[in-house]
Amino acid sequence: MSVQGYQRKLDLENGRVDLSHGAGGRAMAQLISSLFHRAFGNEWLARCNDQSAFDVATGKMVMTTDGYVVSPLFFPGGNIGSLAVNGTINDVVMSGARPLYLSASFIIEEGFPLSDLRTIADSMGAAARGAGVYIIAGDTKVVERGKADGLFISTTGIGALAHGFDLSADKAMVGDRVLVSGSLGDHGVAIMSKRQNVAFQTEIVSDSAALHDLVAVMIAAGGAGIRVMRDPTRGGLAATLNEIAHQSGLGFRLQEAAIPVKAAVAATCELLGLDPIHVANEGKLVAIVAPDLADAVLAAMKAHPLGRDAADIGETVADDHKFVQIATSFGGGRIVDWLSGEQLPRIC
Amino acid sequence: MRYTDEFRDKTLAQGLAAAISAEADRQKAYRFMEFCGGHTHAISRYGLEDLLPANVRMIHGPGCPVCVLPASRIDMAIRLVERPEVTLCVYGDLIRAPGSQGQSLLRAKALGADIRMVYSTLDVIRIAEQAPSREVVFFAIGFETTTPPTAVMIRIAEKKRLKSLSVFCNHVLTPSAMQSILENPKIRNIGGAAIDGFVGPAHVSTIIGTQPYELLAEQFGKPIVIAGFEPLDVMQAILMLVRQVNEDRYDVENQYSRAVRREGNRRAKDEVSQAFEPREQFEWRGLGFVPNSGLKLKRAYARFDAEARFAMHELRVADNPACECCAILRGAKRPVDCKLFGTLCTPETPIGSCMVSSEGACAAYWTYGRVRDDQVRRTS
Repeated sequence: MSVQGYQRKLDLENGRVDLSHGAGGRAMAQLISSLFHRAFGNEWLARCNDQSAFDVATGKMVMTTDGYVVSPLFFPGGNIGSLAVNGTINDVVMSGARPLYLSASFIIEEGFPLSDLRTIADSMGAAARGAGVYIIAGDTKVVERGKADGLFISTTGIGALAHGFDLSADKAMVGDRVLVSGSLGDHGVAIMSKRQNVAFQTEIVSDSAALHDLVAVMIAAGGAGIRVMRDPTRGGLAATLNEIAHQSGLGFRLQEAAIPVKAAVAATCELLGLDPIHVANEGKLVAIVAPDLADAVLAAMKAHPLGRDAADIGETVADDHKFVQIATSFGGGRIVDWLSGEQLPRIC
Repeated sequence: MRYTDEFRDKTLAQGLAAAISAEADRQKAYRFMEFCGGHTHAISRYGLEDLLPANVRMIHGPGCPVCVLPASRIDMAIRLVERPEVTLCVYGDLIRAPGSQGQSLLRAKALGADIRMVYSTLDVIRIAEQAPSREVVFFAIGFETTTPPTAVMIRIAEKKRLKSLSVFCNHVLTPSAMQSILENPKIRNIGGAAIDGFVGPAHVSTIIGTQPYELLAEQFGKPIVIAGFEPLDVMQAILMLVRQVNEDRYDVENQYSRAVRREGNRRAKDEVSQAFEPREQFEWRGLGFVPNSGLKLKRAYARFDAEARFAMHELRVADNPACECCAILRGAKRPVDCKLFGTLCTPETPIGSCMVSSEGACAAYWTYGRVRDDQVRRTS
């Protein structure tokens, strides 16, 4: 963008966002061009229109939208920016679609450091380029101090579905296998370790990652044998499987011993009175796969860096109650329910 | 994970389950109350009831601090935090506990009340130091386990001259509650549901020791086995109880010997007796007013007592008449015996406190045990 006549270069080291950066004038144009366009750089943004036109493939397209209000904004393994891009890509690819374009809308609190904003925008650009998608539309708003928690990002993602491919949770069938792509709870624990009131030291980093490539190898191995895919974000594996149970009218029977959880995550959850299957993930998926193809899909997952610790954790069963049941490592059984609100630490 | 996996070993569990089955007399019903919510949680979380023979039944006791807190105390806290100068610090799941009109601290927070969730009483000190102009009140709840940290907080606050910090004290005493359960003849025999023994508190006993239970075991002729919160602890304690019943013994036995001594933790007990003294009586949800069952601040620390500082009036509110929390907490009924269970009363819309905390008997049943009870209902 070539708006001339800025009085001063944007101070990306020590500067702060102020209300003028959202007021539609020169300051805003300067912020967009020297920070966002530089970070996202692509031919669509370079045209500086209020919208972007793109070619449409034949067949079905998918669209998803998401809002990111994470606290803290920076955490081990990522920040709100990479999280937003990866999370949106993942929502697109869980349908089996190839991700193409993103939009990003920023709500910035007055006083937010420009250096942080640049770091976040740069990591968004890097995450998008890494996945071969383009951020082709955006918006910036600045709100008064106290009216936002630093920065909120909301995104929309668009992707194209291969012909005849249509994943949906209601396609799960009795006897299907349940595969997870790796250890559970990493993201949630990484975030918790940085929250002010429970800060603790941990080697765990967020698993935030775009899963488009893992999904591609899975589809190559399993094709239409893959019935459902979903990324277990908020509410963890427990919420995701309960959702699928309700959409498909089936139940689940899981083996607790087969569910991969890192020792440090298990220990943290033990300490805080949480259950790893309720804790959020940002770079994992759950796949419901036809039994005859489950082994092939699992092998393909394990051969991919993002699926190294993939595991077959159970099966779908006929159940009018749509319960997610688990055989505990101890030898008993229990139901895995949705959480009621937030997972709160126990007192005793 | 080391130091926990050892206590969750499937092979050992099967061995204990086999021993319980072999030693439990088939002609007899064994009804044991696990007093603590921590035990209820372990039983549900690991599916222990699946490992027990049909004639050994666990009754979920009142040992969940959120569950036994009466609605009146929640109402008092909500009224307190409506004062604009007050910041209320609370532990975990207390924030969802329902008051008498279905209101909660969570809703009060949404309406603008300044409520902070804390993990430790040291967080309360930090909050008070950071906001000296606020009246910082700690909503102190819990059994003997959480009382020493409150006592320590008061000692630190005094040393640091934190004038704006006070305590809304709701600490309660375990032995008094056990006595109240055993003393009531109506409760002892509702529907023949007498209690044949107790799985005694884990963490509480690390503080008070095993000695305070000796009189209870003797007086009421009930065996008590102090047990840890790991699933193998609970299984072993059940086996020890079965043996005591079979041998007509009613001793206090200590399964949790790796953490509990007969005399308890002297240092912690000293901290508590420095700051607190018994109340004449305290109200428990499900048990009513129980004499000498709660603690209040000693006169020397009255300036830290939020009830005096803010002239908080004791409120009297009746529990929902259809709610069976009362009978469930006393082991006289099971959650599924309550008409409200799973219909009007769910973890999203709790009516009784048993549904609020994950340790509550009803919430534990709801979350972990619905299939089992459903099967029971269908076959019966």
